[in-house]
Amino acid sequence: MPVESVYPALEPLLPSVRKPIQYVGGEVGSVVKDWDSADVRWALCYPDAYEVGLPNQGIQILYEVLNERDGVLAERTYTVWPDLEALMREHDVPQFTLEAHRPVAAFDVLGFSFAAELGYTNMLTVLDLAGIPIFSSERGECHPLVIAGGHAAFNPEPVADFLDAVVLGDGEQAVLAITEVIREWKREGCPGGRDGLLLRLAPFVYIPRFYDVSYHADGKISKVVPNRQGVPATVSKHTLMDLDAWPYPRQPIVPVAETVHERYSVEIFRGCTRGCRFCQAGMITRPVRERSITTIGQMVADGIAASGFNEVGLLSLSSADHSEINEIAVDLADCYEDSKVGLSLPSTRVDAFNVTLADELSRNGRRSGLTFAPEGGSERLRKVINKMVTEEDLIRTVTTAYASGWRQVKLYFMCGLPTETDEDVQAIGQLARKVIAAGREAAGRRDIRCTVSIGGFVPKPHTPFQWAAQCAPEVVDARLRALGGALRADRAYAKSIGYRYHGGQDGIIEGLLSRGDRRVSGVILAAWKEGARFDGWSEHFSFERWQRSAEQALAGDPVDLAWYTTRERDYSEVLPWDHLDAGLDRDWLWQDWQDSIAPEGAGEVEDCRWTPCYECGACSSMGTEIQVGPTGQRLDGRRLLPVIGGR
Amino acid sequence: MRFASHRDVARAFERGVRRAGLPIAYSAGFTPHPKISYAGGAPTGVASEAEYLSLALTVRQAETQVCLRLNAALPDGIDVIDVTEAGGDGSRPAGSGSASAGGFGHLEASGWRMVLPGVAPEVARRAVAGFLARTEAPVERLTDKGVRRLDARAAVVEMTVLDETAEPGSEDCAILRMVVLHTAPAVRPEDIVTALREQDGIAPSSPPMITRLAQGQRAQLTGQALLAGKGAS
Repeated sequence: MPVESVYPALEPLLPSVRKPIQYVGGEVGSVVKDWDSADVRWALCYPDAYEVGLPNQGIQILYEVLNERDGVLAERTYTVWPDLEALMREHDVPQFTLEAHRPVAAFDVLGFSFAAELGYTNMLTVLDLAGIPIFSSERGECHPLVIAGGHAAFNPEPVADFLDAVVLGDGEQAVLAITEVIREWKREGCPGGRDGLLLRLAPFVYIPRFYDVSYHADGKISKVVPNRQGVPATVSKHTLMDLDAWPYPRQPIVPVAETVHERYSVEIFRGCTRGCRFCQAGMITRPVRERSITTIGQMVADGIAASGFNEVGLLSLSSADHSEINEIAVDLADCYEDSKVGLSLPSTRVDAFNVTLADELSRNGRRSGLTFAPEGGSERLRKVINKMVTEEDLIRTVTTAYASGWRQVKLYFMCGLPTETDEDVQAIGQLARKVIAAGREAAGRRDIRCTVSIGGFVPKPHTPFQWAAQCAPEVVDARLRALGGALRADRAYAKSIGYRYHGGQDGIIEGLLSRGDRRVSGVILAAWKEGARFDGWSEHFSFERWQRSAEQALAGDPVDLAWYTTRERDYSEVLPWDHLDAGLDRDWLWQDWQDSIAPEGAGEVEDCRWTPCYECGACSSMGTEIQVGPTGQRLDGRRLLPVIGGR
Repeated sequence: MRFASHRDVARAFERGVRRAGLPIAYSAGFTPHPKISYAGGAPTGVASEAEYLSLALTVRQAETQVCLRLNAALPDGIDVIDVTEAGGDGSRPAGSGSASAGGFGHLEASGWRMVLPGVAPEVARRAVAGFLARTEAPVERLTDKGVRRLDARAAVVEMTVLDETAEPGSEDCAILRMVVLHTAPAVRPEDIVTALREQDGIAPSSPPMITRLAQGQRAQLTGQALLAGKGAS
């Protein structure tokens, strides 16, 4: 039966809201399929505003993977801003997809991609506006299956009560496998109802309701066990091998509305084994799997031709680590030198080689700013986090940058790292002054700048720091204030150094949502009922609201906000995500945690791409292996270049 | 495209030009921009069937080819109706030109169609008569820079209520047609709605649906010329 568009009801509301174009759809690259031509229908949601969600790679990839299949339909939906939310409630307009403005509740699956935990309240808005019961337990056969994926889903326990299923790891093959299961189940007449479907998914998808969590009197988890037959004790992540066989996105969605990233992005490799101990992405996406230079070249050429974008981003967790990054940069720069297509390498490490790459990619553009992330101010602290950058490395890198015409260098740091002292944070200021001094000398001018940008450290699941105590917000704030004072006090440098930071309170809520268990769902629901929306946006985020909600929702439990955040865990404690397997060996993680805080100084872990395997567990337990070049291939500009600038 | 801002449309058009593979000319400088200039874009929230722009190419192309390639590449909702080669100074060559088009300098007025939901045609007729009888209709519009005061009456050359109604069977829906001069500061259709609401007693039940039907010289738009125009969606 065809499903009616809600657009006739939505359109009269649009003149009264901000940026109405974001709700209209019709983008180049979007796909509208006949409803009845598909037997499995997905609504894909990035639970944030359209301007943030549209460029998301995960959604764009899955959208294409699904829509390429016959009999499968995928449409997108994003969180509407509070102005439209209020009007939709007033006029009974349900959550809709952008392609055909179909009501989300009519789909078979509603999939959320969680890049960050602060989107959890937006998920509740989407569910509620869609008319789907917020709790999984209250949904019936007629409601869409509510599935989550993305990095934050590696500990979905705080939202487990709201989700029917959770996919760990890479989604490309998983969404197709889920689609097949749903198709079969529907074809057979939906045997066993909703639970029947979930049981079929349970071997490769985490079904929270099939696991019971019990607690000790002190609030710690006693155990997490399956509550029915045929459900595995632990659920493993999915790892996509051979990225060349999955060259998505091919038909990028090109927005009419303005979004945060206006470019064609190609992931040049997935995974990272640098071993930074704070980095969840680097731990849960192992091993490194490269896309070959030739596939990258073809994707860039096709992506530009299909989209009309004039900027290309070469994405990964540490783009300069690609085994053929130099060839990629030089060849792409050759291909696009005359075509007004800009190339960028968004994620780079502290290394003079990176400046050479950036020089290459910006051949005919302006050299405005370069960004590096030393993360820790002192060498001792950088050893603790296994970010092996010496002060000499950093000075050499920025000297190269300023000398080759870059005027501004941005440096990222974290505050509140394990073992951190006041002096470690003060060291950031000393480093910034040395950077300016070296830069003035290298550039031969005084108008160069350095911006210091600091975020509060939040311990994340599946990392060696998953047991660490999060630093108290008062301590973080005091250290950041002291650093700001020191930067301003030095008149020889104050005007050349910019200073940006996030206060400690924001990080505490992220910490609660990152390492929380199922009891935290009550906090999320309470905060949402109190009006929490768009918590990732500082103008919408309220720490006080979350604090009140935590007090209220956890009143009957022996745990509180501090218990979840600033408390160190020990080896024997059952962590809420211990039954979810990212491939990492728990004992290896514990040893790495112990090495990082060893009194005699932190031990170093090398990158397994260049040194022997140290048995982190990712490859051996998942049956995967490192896939890196070099391939020895080069890009032929005449073959690749889309015809722009004359035909 | 009714809900797209002028900047949104410009960005979508530039990407369409690149997808079409047209040899677009770029400005000089650190951040080169494609040489495309837009003439008085319709405001956000208003549909349009008559926008004009000029673009500079580095290689001469057949007009029909440019038109075909752009239409193949542009998103739904942006259609190129006609392409005409301009003179070397960007103006139209002498001796050519259809009735509705002109060099940008000649786009002195717009014809608009305005559907007023929930307003009976006879109520609209009384309001229009009242509006036209005025010598001025001062209105205020809230902009990013504060409150702007305008005379909505001064820009209106012609305003009539059509005999047709929007959708048979639905609620009352008066349809207005008007010709409005391009003044500085510009009087937008929404300013005229404000005047009709505040001073002439109409009360639309939801925001009016407004469509720009044509742009050109005042004489080309007034009288019966536009009444024959097709209805807007």
